[in-house]
Amino acid sequence: MSMTPTILEFPPTSSSAWRASTDSIAVSLQGVSKIYATASGETVNALHSISLDIRAQEFVSVIGASGCGKTTLLRIIGGLEAQYDGNLLLTGSKRRGPNKDIGIVFQDANLLPWRTVLQNVLLPAQVLKLDRKQAMERAFSLLELVGLEGFEKKYPFELSGGMRQRVAIARALIHDPSVLLMDEPFGALDALTREHMNLELLKIWHSAKKTVFMITHSISEAAFMSDRVIVMSPRPGRIIAGVMIGLPRPRNLDLLSDAAFGEYTRKLRHLLDGDHTSKDGAEVVRGRVQYD
Amino acid sequence: MTEHSSDAGSDPVRTGGRSAVSGRKLPGGDYFISAGAFAILLAIWEGAVRVLHVPDFILPPPSAIGTSLYYGLRSGLFVHHFAVTAMQTIAGFFLAALFGIGLGALIAQFRIVERTIYPWLIALQALPKIAIAPLIIVWAGYGIESKIVIVALVALFPILVNTIVGLKSCDQGKLDLMRSLGATGWETFRLVRLPNALPFIFAGLNVAIVLAILGSIVGEFVGSKAGLGNLILEANFQFNVAQMFAILVILGLFGVALSMAVRFVQTRLMFWNTGFSQSI
Repeated sequence: MSMTPTILEFPPTSSSAWRASTDSIAVSLQGVSKIYATASGETVNALHSISLDIRAQEFVSVIGASGCGKTTLLRIIGGLEAQYDGNLLLTGSKRRGPNKDIGIVFQDANLLPWRTVLQNVLLPAQVLKLDRKQAMERAFSLLELVGLEGFEKKYPFELSGGMRQRVAIARALIHDPSVLLMDEPFGALDALTREHMNLELLKIWHSAKKTVFMITHSISEAAFMSDRVIVMSPRPGRIIAGVMIGLPRPRNLDLLSDAAFGEYTRKLRHLLDGDHTSKDGAEVVRGRVQYD
Repeated sequence: MTEHSSDAGSDPVRTGGRSAVSGRKLPGGDYFISAGAFAILLAIWEGAVRVLHVPDFILPPPSAIGTSLYYGLRSGLFVHHFAVTAMQTIAGFFLAALFGIGLGALIAQFRIVERTIYPWLIALQALPKIAIAPLIIVWAGYGIESKIVIVALVALFPILVNTIVGLKSCDQGKLDLMRSLGATGWETFRLVRLPNALPFIFAGLNVAIVLAILGSIVGEFVGSKAGLGNLILEANFQFNVAQMFAILVILGLFGVALSMAVRFVQTRLMFWNTGFSQSI
């Protein structure tokens, strides 16, 4: 393998390979801040001036300690949080509130237990009043994509945790959104199921060509899956680094024992631990994670 | 792995639904034991009353109760009064369900309704409903209508309170899901909140059905022309204790039948909520 374990900083200073024109930016956050008022009257600086661009079809992961505001960030992009300062642009236009072009996978599958697998997948189509016949065909092909063909008539309580999360992924894709937001989608699964689901998700990402914004607690999951890993830090919630993951695709589990992969995870761990300069002297660009 | 593992994380697919409960050697054996114990109890009762010469107006033997039940049913006396009580109990219960679920939904969904109507309902709940029964009989007469109102009042609150709790206790994740899709309040209510509240609502209905029978009988005690409660009073005045027991048997069976009916609808409607699916 010709991969050198160098860490591509972001935004790139010399190379123009990652320089993209603005119309291929799927999600753009510009100076987004969010302040919560707690019940006791204190104010919490959940997000402080977040600027971040995500290119179309890019796989971006966010890691950071609890309370660094990563979920808040996802909720803002997903339209679940309307009270914030700054701007959110989706494919170049300003947005606030729910958007049809986004699918969300939550930490819990959040399936409706009284609906079958098929009915659960069709829920967004029902709410968005999409053509029923087309949605049905799409639901069947999505269930096949997530490896659940033949389970259409099962109820959620008949499925394992991993299967439920796969139904949730199919549901998030039923209305064919271009952006998929995932909030620790596999956090509740055991390690083996999780690795398997990571591979599944990469397969889905390859075939469905979505922009993915995934929150995770797992450094190796972030490095394994992503084109770029955003590292956040709490109090106030801010981006401390963006690390391009230059590992070749398609990726498989052998990569986990690869030296280059180990270098990335080591780097990410240093960043998380508050060491903002890597051992090999490369300076990490702080705060700004935007394409110009 | 055992069949009843409650681990929701990585269970294999449950194929067969419910499995046979282990530890019961003879199918139906438990029922034989229960019925046998009941028969022995009746025999002891019968024997004790005869041997000790207990007068009929204190404690009649089971045979006298059986005889009274038989003649009461055959003459149509019990059937007529039962029909009245059953009618008002069921009508009152449905009225309570209608208002309980309807008002509960309005209170849970609209803050203004919660602020204006709910305090009054709380006040009404604190009031012993039986105390206003005479007033209701003055307003609605001695007929079946006043009893329907009393039944509805008595049975309303468990349904109302459970409906409100059920609708409000909806999992935030499911609400976020609906919100991310831009669902309207009505869509969220219809597709998520209401089905989600069903286990709570049925818990309320299970309590309410027992209270409905109570309200029905007490209402008849306070003032009525017919009904099993009315008949109990009449038998009481005549020291016909055997008939009182016979009516109690009918009321007991009626109560069990109504509870079973509610539970039947519950299991049909909430097949997913069989105890091992809370954390989906």
